[in-house]
Amino acid sequence: MKNKRTELKVTAIRSGTVIDHIPSEFTFRVFKILGLEQSDNPVYFGTNLGSKKLGKKGIIKINGKFFKPEEVSKIALVAPKATLIEIKDYEVVKKQQVDLPEKIDKIVKCFNPRCVTNNQNISTSFSVITDQYGRAKLSCHFCEKTMSLENIDFL
Amino acid sequence: MINLKNRSLVSITDYSKEEILRVLGIAEDFEKDQRQKLLTNHVIASLFFEPSTRTRLSFESAVQYMGGSIVGFASADTSSVRKGESLKDTILTVSNYSDLIVMRNPLDGSARFASEVSPVPIINAGDGANQHPTQCLLDLYSIRKTQGTLENIHIALVGDLKYGRTVHSLVQALSLFNATFHLVSPESLKLPSAVKKWIKDAGLEYHQYTELNDIIQLVDIIYMTRIQGERFPDPLEYEKVKNSYILENSMLESSKNTMRILHPLPRVNEISEDVDDNPKAYYYQQAKNGVYVRQALIAAILGLKS
Repeated sequence: MKNKRTELKVTAIRSGTVIDHIPSEFTFRVFKILGLEQSDNPVYFGTNLGSKKLGKKGIIKINGKFFKPEEVSKIALVAPKATLIEIKDYEVVKKQQVDLPEKIDKIVKCFNPRCVTNNQNISTSFSVITDQYGRAKLSCHFCEKTMSLENIDFL
Repeated sequence: MINLKNRSLVSITDYSKEEILRVLGIAEDFEKDQRQKLLTNHVIASLFFEPSTRTRLSFESAVQYMGGSIVGFASADTSSVRKGESLKDTILTVSNYSDLIVMRNPLDGSARFASEVSPVPIINAGDGANQHPTQCLLDLYSIRKTQGTLENIHIALVGDLKYGRTVHSLVQALSLFNATFHLVSPESLKLPSAVKKWIKDAGLEYHQYTELNDIIQLVDIIYMTRIQGERFPDPLEYEKVKNSYILENSMLESSKNTMRILHPLPRVNEISEDVDDNPKAYYYQQAKNGVYVRQALIAAILGLKS
């Protein structure tokens, strides 16, 4: 019962999605990636909230909206530790960690201005790789350049 | 089972160690008998969207030694690209007129894209600052020919290790052959960490130097590179480093007898002309080897040699 009340407190929306554990500085980025500026759904968000996991975190609650897998992968690019919680009738029906996919297609721009994808009408495609320090990076399928996640621009 | 037939070559990493050795073996065969008329019924397209001397002429000479025909262009100005035609449309059109396309294009990644839309195989003759796999194969051929093996070579890579694409490909390829890398460059032109990771992941060693003299007596190959002004975002940075390494004949006295000097060419002033007559200078022969290697690749990809 105690757990249930805690979840209910965090997710005070009737039906929709809560994105928790967003690094504070990326709250607005996640907001933008998901196109919530254009959304007609009621959206609530908070940032600089206390978090045991992150120190400071952001949280976004969207009433009446559930996400498709490709939208979830977009979130993972800036908030790899985010939790996606689905709510129906004030109850948590699904809770999952967002995961970086192995491939990121069509949503991120290559940072290399000389890349063929920035000069011809070609969809981008990246593999997610890990560098020598264990950090996730994106490797362009075409120009083979790698970019860190801080440098990414969304299409 | 090695089968190179109908496979595009975009990046040297598209080939396994065995596949690289197979191409070099076929190239040896062409060195023994260059005028094997294998292409008499074939048309090769040579699409050079930017200027090139060695690569374009050696490809075209490779085709002609084998009795093939060539269609294509030597600059984007003389093609429909100038009218705004997309790369996809150019490739799909030219693939109707040829059995294989050799392409150089200034955009990074253009060769990978072309290989994915083209119904005929593509050989990448350089895609911007990205890959130049046939240069890599001719470098490997030259190393093997001068040293008798590709295994356990000590190689000095000198000059622009940051922007030089031939250096990056060569590191990737030699990592398959247990090489030891001696990296000589100014601080600002060091080998990128992603390329060093290749060496580490292969369990191999690299050593970094800023003085060329320190390693001349240690190595089997000195691979000199031009510091390319056009790759520098800041012209002042280029001025600072452009004359960093100049190899002179007097510096070679302490080197091994079997040591050879390679350079992908063109050179500016990084190898002084008094080195040219030293038997250790191998760069002109290296450029000649490019024809054998390109003959081998074309023949293997068209399934005429295996």
